[in-house]
Amino acid sequence: MLEKALEGSKTYWAWLMFLGALAMVGAYYYYQQFTYGLGLTGLHRDVTWGLYIGQFTFLVGVAASAVMLVIPHYLHDYKTFTKIVILGEFLAISAVIMCILFIMADMGQPMRVVNIFLHPSPTAMVFWDTVVLNGYLFINLLVGWVTLGSDRKGIAPPKWIKPWIYLSIPWAISIHTVTAFLYAGIPGRHFWLSAIMAARFLASAFAGGPALLIILALIVRKISKFDVGKEAIQAVGRIVAYAMFANVFFLGLEFFTAFYSGIPGHAESFLYLYTGLEGHSELVPLMWTSTVFAAISLFMLWVPAIRKNEVTLVLACIMLFISLWIDKGFGLIIGGFVPNPFEEVHTYWPTVPETMITIGIWAIGFLVLSMLYKIAITVREETAGIEIEH
Amino acid sequence: MSMDRRQFLKIAGISSVLGLGATAASATHSIWTKGLSPEEVDKNKEALLAKRWAMVVDMSKFKTEDDFKKVFEACHLTHNVPDFRNADGSVNKKDEIKWIWEAPYEKAFPGQDNKYMSEHIKDMPFIVACNHCENPPCVRVCPTKATFKLPNGITMQDEHRCIGCRFCMAACPYGARSFNWRDPRTAIKNENKEYPTRTKGVVEKCTFCTERLAVGKLPACVEAAPKGGMLFGDIEDPNSEIRKIVTNQYTIRRKSDLGTGPAIYYIVGGSDHA
Repeated sequence: MLEKALEGSKTYWAWLMFLGALAMVGAYYYYQQFTYGLGLTGLHRDVTWGLYIGQFTFLVGVAASAVMLVIPHYLHDYKTFTKIVILGEFLAISAVIMCILFIMADMGQPMRVVNIFLHPSPTAMVFWDTVVLNGYLFINLLVGWVTLGSDRKGIAPPKWIKPWIYLSIPWAISIHTVTAFLYAGIPGRHFWLSAIMAARFLASAFAGGPALLIILALIVRKISKFDVGKEAIQAVGRIVAYAMFANVFFLGLEFFTAFYSGIPGHAESFLYLYTGLEGHSELVPLMWTSTVFAAISLFMLWVPAIRKNEVTLVLACIMLFISLWIDKGFGLIIGGFVPNPFEEVHTYWPTVPETMITIGIWAIGFLVLSMLYKIAITVREETAGIEIEH
Repeated sequence: MSMDRRQFLKIAGISSVLGLGATAASATHSIWTKGLSPEEVDKNKEALLAKRWAMVVDMSKFKTEDDFKKVFEACHLTHNVPDFRNADGSVNKKDEIKWIWEAPYEKAFPGQDNKYMSEHIKDMPFIVACNHCENPPCVRVCPTKATFKLPNGITMQDEHRCIGCRFCMAACPYGARSFNWRDPRTAIKNENKEYPTRTKGVVEKCTFCTERLAVGKLPACVEAAPKGGMLFGDIEDPNSEIRKIVTNQYTIRRKSDLGTGPAIYYIVGGSDHA
């Protein structure tokens, strides 16, 4: 089926070239970083993780969100998702690839990364995260490929794939739980030391990922004959609404504990992010953008009339995605480091090379996604009208 | 259960290949074990040994700025810690690497100050470094065991194994660790050829001078400190000087409520003990 990714219209190729060019720019800056060191980023002694780890964390959520389609479709035999589920699985694949690339970009000694397997350390959450992420990539490649391959032939997928599909469900939960555990078990970082971190991660993932999927599915419908169906879009829209409600609720819980307890350490990171601390308020406009977008998008998704209109639904999804990206892809990581262990405020802002590398990795992700979607679209266009039993 | 010779050899052969046999598990010369076991290594007879190394810092003994400076310089010069400077000569905070430095009381011991406390006390400088915790979060989170505990309580790291993920830096509640954001060798003026320099992309910190203890010397900072300012010894030894101080005097540790078990004890008031 791979050949389908290599045949397409001029627009398709122009799009790939565009993404490829961005990736090349990113690669150029990565070479600079590789030669000079991570000093090329805005990171320093006090804020040691930034944009890269933020993107990684956010994208693990996007990857995990495929489970929101897999559960209804395979566990509850919800036929409406028959067509859209492949888009979710392929989105997961490209998201995991981006995760791995962001981790590599963040490594001080990327050439030594196999040490994670040469000297496995079961007490380290990074070890488990590596295991579950690679496992998840494998499962989604396998399931996506086998089910689409069967669709192409117009036959039902082989029985042996079922256990893999079922395995992908707890596995998806595990990737984001372990990713939350990267943060939630560290003494002295009050902002992260929260028992509901994993729950928050999952809630934001199940809102942000499917929101992106709605946007993507509508783009796919516009540029091809592959339509996942109005009903499927609406069903995903409802999932996004519920998950976003849970996410906002969980964030509210964090605020309650931080401020009602009155323990300064618990409140300071929130104060830094939302009001500024000791005269440093770099992140305040971003965090309030995130808050306002979250409120508006939640309202839009909540009101049936707005949600049912696809134009306003997409608007809500875009706002929600931006809101969660700021909250998780940026604020969550930086907030954990400010103030530092000496209660000093040292701020961080990404540099141009860091931003270009980040854009480059996103471009690679979208390149992979575009090619995978191209395959899915072509197969579906060829088999249009044939009813597939999953 | 009966077993003929042939069967026995088969099983013994397979289990030794898998490293399951009793011989394979205990043998230090197994082909799977690289290097020597601790028992096989020749010990330096002069080496200073301890069950658990610890330090007592008596801030009252530090009177002048020079007293502090000597300590920091002794450490940083001994260990080839780079000194990154801006064009105007000030410390380059972005690339800064430090093993031992000073922090004001209110920052070294957050939450231990109060609003009526004089500025003088709040700003009182304290010498801070890696606490060589009993239960170190940095060791727990390291994905490659590049940072690890020595049997003598020292938290060490292997700069050749470190992948530079900086998880230990996120995990350390003392901000004791530094990362080589760029090639450190460009910022070492007088290289000490006796101690290795590091490469870019790895994390480093105080080692309680493991290399000096191994040849019978006290840590460089202890040697450079004013008399009685920094005491180093085996906290597990009931007869050691530092154990007696920690037992009989009021000492504080940084953020001990986190359960990390820091091995640096501070005397604040300053009484005669040395």
